[in-house]
Amino acid sequence: MPTPVAITHSSTSVLSSNRLVRNTYALLSLTLLFSAATCALSMVVDMGRGTYLASSIAALMLIWFVLPRTANSASGIGVVFAITGLLGFGLGPILSMYLKLPNGPQIVMTALGGTGAIFLGLSAYALTTKRDFNFMGGFLFVGMLVVLGGALLNIFLAVPAVSLALSAVVVLLMSGFILYDTGRMVNGGETNYVLATVSLYLNIFNIFISLLQLLGITSSDD
Amino acid sequence: MDMWLKILSAVALGAMLVMLLPRAKQALAASPVATPGDWRAVVVPLVAIIAFVAVLMAIV
Repeated sequence: MPTPVAITHSSTSVLSSNRLVRNTYALLSLTLLFSAATCALSMVVDMGRGTYLASSIAALMLIWFVLPRTANSASGIGVVFAITGLLGFGLGPILSMYLKLPNGPQIVMTALGGTGAIFLGLSAYALTTKRDFNFMGGFLFVGMLVVLGGALLNIFLAVPAVSLALSAVVVLLMSGFILYDTGRMVNGGETNYVLATVSLYLNIFNIFISLLQLLGITSSDD
Repeated sequence: MDMWLKILSAVALGAMLVMLLPRAKQALAASPVATPGDWRAVVVPLVAIIAFVAVLMAIV
């Protein structure tokens, strides 16, 4: 029979885990809305082709050098909005390009709905099973390294089939990361909701971009 | 893609590789060994994702 101390410790742990999940999803919702607003802004002002790259590099700098120093303070929330705002702003020209395709609006809406369904489905699965997905960590990070290496080569080779394959692998890897990150939140591996929000946002962002590419390439073959 | 965009993209991806490498080494060293059934709990939803994406690609 568990002692009262053990019960108190366990319920405290569950309460802090629930608070982390609630705070993470609240901040994630706000950052997604903010990101959509900056995306709309960059579409309205018709930003140029280099915007996505410039915004991504600026966001990476914030993720690597600023976020780790601010994640435990209130300014971390501002940094999260800056990162997601930049990534949303960079997405504008890409969405404009897809929307100019004959079935562009359908591609964008399908990618958006598909991303939402994948995220909600996997999050619900990870939250209800409460399984520890930490064993996937090494596999996922090595997978990311392989994808980055492949993408680096394909910048100069420009083989459409490789691009298609990389997008498909990214969707699967990011799906794995959703399970991994959500499992870490539930099981106490991640205790900072600012960092958890950025991780989940990047998973969603990468799935959306890869789905856009997959749907764009396959629909242009018709 | 313009050459300068290609070079900048390559530099950004190279930097991501360099920054991710220590994290990957750490994750490899720290990952617990999977217990029986762990991988099945991952493969089943991932197969569902593959089927879902295939349906999306067929719809568009």
